[in-house]
Amino acid sequence: MSETASDTRITAEITRIPLHHPHMRNWWLLFGLSLLLLGCFFVAAGALFLNGVGMWGNNIPVNWGLAISHYVWFLGIGHAGTLISALLLITNAHWRNSLNRFAEAMTLFAVVCAGLYPILHLGRPWLFYWMAPYPNTMTLYPQFKSPLSWDFFAVLTYLTVSLLFWYIGIVPDLASVRDRAKTRRAQVLYGLAALGWRGSGRHWARWQQAYRLTAAIAVPLVVSVHSEISLLFAAGPIPGWTSTVFPAYFVMGAAFSGFAVVLMIAVTLRHALSLRDIVTERHLDLLARFLLATGLMTAYGYVYEVFDALYGGEKQDLATLHDRFTGLYAYSYWGAVIFNFVPLQLLWFRGIRARPAVLFLIATSVVVGMWYERYMLLMTALYRDYLVSSWGEYHASLWEWLLFAGMIGVFLAPFLLFVRFLPVISAFEVKEALRETGDLRHA
Amino acid sequence: MREPSADKEPFGLMAEFRAPEQLVDAVRRSREAGYRSLDAYSPYPLEEMRQALGMTGNVVPWLCLTGGVLGAAAGYGLQLYTNDAYPIAIGGRPLFAWQPFMLITFELMVLFAVGFAIAGMLVLNHLPRLHHPVFGVTDFHRASADRFFLAIFCNDPRFEIAETAAFLQSLEPLRVEAIQSTEEPE
Repeated sequence: MSETASDTRITAEITRIPLHHPHMRNWWLLFGLSLLLLGCFFVAAGALFLNGVGMWGNNIPVNWGLAISHYVWFLGIGHAGTLISALLLITNAHWRNSLNRFAEAMTLFAVVCAGLYPILHLGRPWLFYWMAPYPNTMTLYPQFKSPLSWDFFAVLTYLTVSLLFWYIGIVPDLASVRDRAKTRRAQVLYGLAALGWRGSGRHWARWQQAYRLTAAIAVPLVVSVHSEISLLFAAGPIPGWTSTVFPAYFVMGAAFSGFAVVLMIAVTLRHALSLRDIVTERHLDLLARFLLATGLMTAYGYVYEVFDALYGGEKQDLATLHDRFTGLYAYSYWGAVIFNFVPLQLLWFRGIRARPAVLFLIATSVVVGMWYERYMLLMTALYRDYLVSSWGEYHASLWEWLLFAGMIGVFLAPFLLFVRFLPVISAFEVKEALRETGDLRHA
Repeated sequence: MREPSADKEPFGLMAEFRAPEQLVDAVRRSREAGYRSLDAYSPYPLEEMRQALGMTGNVVPWLCLTGGVLGAAAGYGLQLYTNDAYPIAIGGRPLFAWQPFMLITFELMVLFAVGFAIAGMLVLNHLPRLHHPVFGVTDFHRASADRFFLAIFCNDPRFEIAETAAFLQSLEPLRVEAIQSTEEPE
């Protein structure tokens, strides 16, 4: 097949999806489900606005509860999109091009979910703008030594940078969809979104500089944002939260859970949109290897945490460690260990890495395991403080679970719109890689 | 290089090529022939094109650096100013604690650097732009799929419609076509 013939085919294969979606019925089924979940979000958040956080199970001493563990969980998932896209771009790993677009979309929507949680957790969520430093009549500015203030800046920056990076990455493909659109409405809408992109060589040169610079800056940004989340914990005088491994442990766990979700999405989209020759078995194999590697790094964090408590010998740290193994929330510790690391070991085998259905199940297990980990880190540390008088239990209320179901809708609904209306694979980057390597399997 | 305004007639001449190497070669030869007001269109970035077009500027990276410096200064300055103007003395913490201030300083540095780089890229590229005469060329919709185009604009001092068309034909393109002007004002 000649070079331009494959260019024609890739363009057709990717731009056909937004213009003539191949599986409208299944899409509507899924979208209907996600709208239902989104409805749950509005019910749960509305009830919270009316009644306050008293509806939730959190109270002193466990005043963080599901809201903050989900915040960390969602944000962690988001980080893998940036890492796949940015880290692999600056290291010139061409295989990223089949995955980066939807991985970045995943980042975007996961960060939105993550950002909503601390706001809803505020108590008076409608006053969240008080966290922004603006001149005001209260003669008061935010406390910049407080983690809440760090959250505000970290999440806002991360959201903006992810959005810009994703958007300038998608503009050339929007132009391609515009040029293929048959209806007037599609031409106008995609045309506006494509900003008038015409593939000029002068534009490409500046675009490439801006794109690569953003990528290079996005990698340390990911590390900083999730380290900041771990400092959120470290800023509280709570046993079990002060180990120096925390920033690295959090970042690795974030990449781990995110790669699992990218793998789940890759398997699903590849099957649902018949993209088998663009998202190839090699891509799944590489993703599985990444999952295994980041999983083992996360496991190191677990080992180090135990070592840290034992080596430090601090009485309260040892008590927390003991609580993790056998206490009230021990199920979350063992749940994390088992779901995260036991099925993961199957990825050592090449035969397993070639089976998408099995990969999907392993990735699901990791997502569940990481959910347990975030929950465990909060609960086992908070429910038993230094003071026996302030010990207490936490049980999530139905409203918190409803909100969680709703957040899945907040993630899924826009993601499905993305799958329906935008090019889910970066067509021009696949073509570019194809030209440089001459082989689609390595593209 | 400045493009002519969209209502010039003709706006320029466009040659269409089948392969990226042909386009890069055509751009090099056009520049050797003395043409300066020209542009190339391709469905994906071509590594060699920057040099072939004779682009030397690094404005985008410098803008990015400027944004980063400004952002860091703004982030740190904001915290210094607010702590000075509205001191909150809690728990014996120092008013100016540079260690925790670094978090927000870093975040704003990143935000400004990326914002400057991307906004700068768009401004330098004169985007967004609703219309452009090149969109009127037959087959130009394939510039975002699988074809490669070279345009020489009418404001080039050496531009002479018949002569330039003959020159473009000598590069062995699939076709050469005049770019029609559009009525839309700049």
